[in-house]
Amino acid sequence: MKFVVLWSDALFFLLLAVAVASGIWASRVEHLRLSWRKVGQSQVGMAAATLLLAFVAVALLDSLHYRERLPGDKETYAVEVRSALDALLTGLRTRTEKTYSAPLATHSFAKETLDGEGRDFPRLKHGGAHLGENLAAHETDIAHKAVQGLGMGLVAWLVLWLLGAPLRRAAPHLAWSAAFATLLVLCLAAGAVAALAQGYHVLGTDKVGQDVLYLTLKSIRTGLLIGTLTTLIMLPAAVFLGLLAGYAGGWIDDVIQYLYTTLNSIPGVLLIAAAVLMMQVVIDMHPEWFATAAERADARLLALCAILGITSWTGLCRLLRGETLKLRELEYVQAAQALGVSGLRILSRHILPNVMHIVMIAIVMDFSGLVLAEAVLSYVGIGVDPNTISFGTMINTARMELAREPMVWWSLAAAFVFMFVLVLAANLFADVVRDAFDPRAVK
Amino acid sequence: MSLLKVRDLTVGIGAAQPVDGVSFDLAPGETFALLGESGCGKSLTALALMRLLPAAARIERGSVRFAGDELCGFTEAQMRAVRGGRIGMIFQEPGTSLNPVMTVGAQIAEALKAHAGKADAERVVALLAAVGIPDPARRATEYPFQMSGGMKQRAMIAMALAGEPELLIADEPTTALDVTIQAQVLDLLRELQRQRGMAMLLITHDLGVVAKMADRIGVMYAGQLVEVAPRDAFFAAPAHPYSRRLFAALPEMATRQQRLATIPGSVPPLGTAFRGCRFADRCGEVLSVCRTQAPPWREYASGQRVRCHLETVSQTVKVGAGGTAPEPEETVTLLLEAHDLKVHFPIRRGVLQRAVGHVRAVDGVDLQLAAGRTLALVGESGCGKTTVGKAILGLQPPTAGTLKLDGKPHSGLAPARMQMVFQDPFGSLNPRMRVGAIVAEGRPDADVDSLLLQVGLTPEMAGRYPHEFSGGQRQRIAIARALAVGPQILICDEPTSALDVSVQAQILNLLTDLQERLGLAYLFITHNIGVVDFLAHEVAVMYLGRIVERGTVDEVLRGARHPYTQALLAAVPRIEGAASERLLVPGDPPSPANPPAGCHFHPRCPRATARCHGAYPETAVLSATHSVRCYFPD
Ligand SMILES: Nc1ncnc2c1ncn2[C@@H]1O[C@H](COP(=O)(O)OP(=O)(O)OP(=O)(O)O)[C@@H](O)[C@H]1O
Ligand code: SF4
Ligand code: SF4
Ligand SMILES: [Mg+2]
Repeated sequence: MKFVVLWSDALFFLLLAVAVASGIWASRVEHLRLSWRKVGQSQVGMAAATLLLAFVAVALLDSLHYRERLPGDKETYAVEVRSALDALLTGLRTRTEKTYSAPLATHSFAKETLDGEGRDFPRLKHGGAHLGENLAAHETDIAHKAVQGLGMGLVAWLVLWLLGAPLRRAAPHLAWSAAFATLLVLCLAAGAVAALAQGYHVLGTDKVGQDVLYLTLKSIRTGLLIGTLTTLIMLPAAVFLGLLAGYAGGWIDDVIQYLYTTLNSIPGVLLIAAAVLMMQVVIDMHPEWFATAAERADARLLALCAILGITSWTGLCRLLRGETLKLRELEYVQAAQALGVSGLRILSRHILPNVMHIVMIAIVMDFSGLVLAEAVLSYVGIGVDPNTISFGTMINTARMELAREPMVWWSLAAAFVFMFVLVLAANLFADVVRDAFDPRAVK
Repeated sequence: MSLLKVRDLTVGIGAAQPVDGVSFDLAPGETFALLGESGCGKSLTALALMRLLPAAARIERGSVRFAGDELCGFTEAQMRAVRGGRIGMIFQEPGTSLNPVMTVGAQIAEALKAHAGKADAERVVALLAAVGIPDPARRATEYPFQMSGGMKQRAMIAMALAGEPELLIADEPTTALDVTIQAQVLDLLRELQRQRGMAMLLITHDLGVVAKMADRIGVMYAGQLVEVAPRDAFFAAPAHPYSRRLFAALPEMATRQQRLATIPGSVPPLGTAFRGCRFADRCGEVLSVCRTQAPPWREYASGQRVRCHLETVSQTVKVGAGGTAPEPEETVTLLLEAHDLKVHFPIRRGVLQRAVGHVRAVDGVDLQLAAGRTLALVGESGCGKTTVGKAILGLQPPTAGTLKLDGKPHSGLAPARMQMVFQDPFGSLNPRMRVGAIVAEGRPDADVDSLLLQVGLTPEMAGRYPHEFSGGQRQRIAIARALAVGPQILICDEPTSALDVSVQAQILNLLTDLQERLGLAYLFITHNIGVVDFLAHEVAVMYLGRIVERGTVDEVLRGARHPYTQALLAAVPRIEGAASERLLVPGDPPSPANPPAGCHFHPRCPRATARCHGAYPETAVLSATHSVRCYFPD
């Protein structure tokens, strides 16, 4: 086995490290600590954070990549790059069917000509295979497995609850009840799904027979990466240019304003489409740059983040410029100027700390927008690599299925539900963060 | 028979009671003034009467009887008929109380329609005329942004009058206005009240306004009324220790070499749990019983009712004799000279942002500042006072003119020589920095502890953040920050105008102490004549970017020769001689973008002649120190 660190993995870990480090830094700075405490005291905030953490955990597992060693004496490795999540979900990944099957089904979705028996729905290779000929037990088996799974989920939750006791003791004023209630729901759902997944395709299979549950879980990493890495890429530029434009004024302000107004007036989709197509050409012309298909897909993912970042920094930059213009006229900034404090120092000591809340709010607000943007862009074919599993590619492949009669709804529904939960959690969290950080909010 | 009878009115916000058991009566045609420092519950009382409390607040108990009706029992629909109808209300900020996208006439018509059922243009114009707006027919078609602050406040009053109210509630109606405009609006209110027999509930923190307007006075402290008295008795001898100290803290009350009487500490924050008298911690006469038992109401023969344990011996208020002669001028070392200082701001319009004109914020100002002396720069809002300060400091590059520091030409910043103290104690400290870091901002190696001690704070405060401090304490921190670099010149831009009277006195005392100890020179920018009288050695009066009169305090404040100075001084509401006949200047100050030709003051000047329309008058020297720019110095 050989570990593979894709660029996006590295950046994702870097991002997590930055998040942890700034968490530690924030706990030292009083006003930030107070604001985050307000987030922690909110029921909604804690519930949303728990959900988001669950998503991050899945994405994290999916970011530990490796290549398997092939049997034989020579040191050769498989071409497929797998992740820890793939390893965990080997069952789901390998139990592919021939084509569509409905959730929890035992038979295929489409009729086929079976040898000697005319046209009928063939039995699935894996879904419900353990039932053998006893098809009458299908429903009771499902109920049985579900109850078993719920029980396991409950046990898992109890264990977590006990493990969480020191946390609750350390910070008794936070809304732990909401966090653990959410965790309970998560554990129960995960337990039931895990138990059912042993014998069935819980969310059905897609056109080529892949398990939809597996696809959805794999999509989470893509969505999170797009939502976070894009922000990471655009943030330094947006903050620096915004503050500079607002504080320096004059021709510097003119240039920066000109830059973002121009960028803003080009339709975003057009810009992205052009950039993605160009990049695709570059990638295709240099196959030698990438050892595996995964690396190529990863490069495209990162490039998409970069392009989204370039087109989306303008909003934050404009906000920060406006706020800086306002702060620049404040008397404490003028007092600092009168004391002969240098411009850079004024920016870092007086302006930046007082716009941090805007940055914070922008990060969480942008996140859900970016996740949705990925889906839309992949849907129209200018998003991630078609081989990268993402909500967008799932929806893209599902669009033809909707036209079938009877309809194949589960791919789309699964992508929709997962994306909905992710975006809803992110939006709720963003609202709580905004309330906690906005100085104009009622105390 | 009283028109309004308030009994035991109590407003709760959470567990706190910002208004606690307020009772008073108001007769038809009478003016009752609620007087108190910020946060004492004046405005909440008024809002509770109108049942317009903010969402977090509620009326906990008490009754409000208005002409026999119990307002506390009214439904919201019934209240809507009362508001703006039988009870009118005007607010402090005329700018934000008018709808910016409706013409003033339409807004008044709306008020008329709501209460009289119909609105015709004639009534609208008549109302605007009644509040003294010149050319009312044209003004009715204008939008609020086209009007000056005083005009907007008049329009607000017209709207309040639309419902023919029996009671007018005026919450700090003139606080946002200049003195000359304030005098006009107060006169208008009094005149309207006389004509219509309205009762008025006037809310204010300004003793001068109270003296001018009120028949009876209620003094509020920490949510309670502590003294209710007829005006004459109150101004002759305030009975409650808090009222007396409020008087004593006025800068008018002391002569320059005295210290002002101060009230130690500051107003208790909302939510403080009280036992006994709420004023006990700050009261000089505190008795042991005060701390345990809530004081009873006491009634005096003069008609004053006071909530205090102490039997007050009648003490008459003595108004300070004003400035004594300034100390003999020995060796005056000039620190700073400004000659013909000009600051013009370009007005940019159009796509290309071409300058189409200039705001002549400062238009040729000469100043001299000597060590250990205070020069007060007075004038109305927008006359360019702050800009002069910033130009001298180097924050605002001057368009023309020369500055000399210690006799040598100078431009730009001189951090170690000149510092500034700003007006807004909340805007002048970075909320994200600790006090220690703020004070050491200009000199990282500064001795923060001794600086804090020097301005009357304690060293342990260095570790705290600004939001934990009151306005007065923040202003001390700002002064410490300026002192850290050891300047000789301090430019103080209205450093006390955002503070309560009692806290203002503390800061003024601090400033005089520092001047004595460190020999600082102050350029003191203010519009408060009382403060000028207390603090300044010399005074310069500014009008529309130019200094129109300068001289020593005595010369300017007691022997003003320029018509504008005279009008300015006359417009200041004073607590003594409330009924004196005063000369009112009409109209608003013109815009500095487009000043009148000739003498800038001629459109408002009672003495103007044809000559004044022609050219700006040259400086007329009246004595070695006193000069004035007027053709007819009187
Ligand atoms: N940066 C600026 N750009 C354009 N005009 C300005 C600027 N600063 C001030 N002005 C204008 O210059 C004039 C004088 O302003 P300044 O702030 O000096 O008045 P002030 O006397 O200090 O008033 P106040 O009593 O309200 O503080 C005003 O008309 C103001 O609108
Ligand atoms: S009751 Fe006591 S503490 Fe309160 S004002 Fe009177 S004398 Fe002072
Ligand atoms: S010069 Fe004329 S208009 Fe100007 S203040 Fe003197 S008398 Fe009035
Ligand atoms: Mg000013």
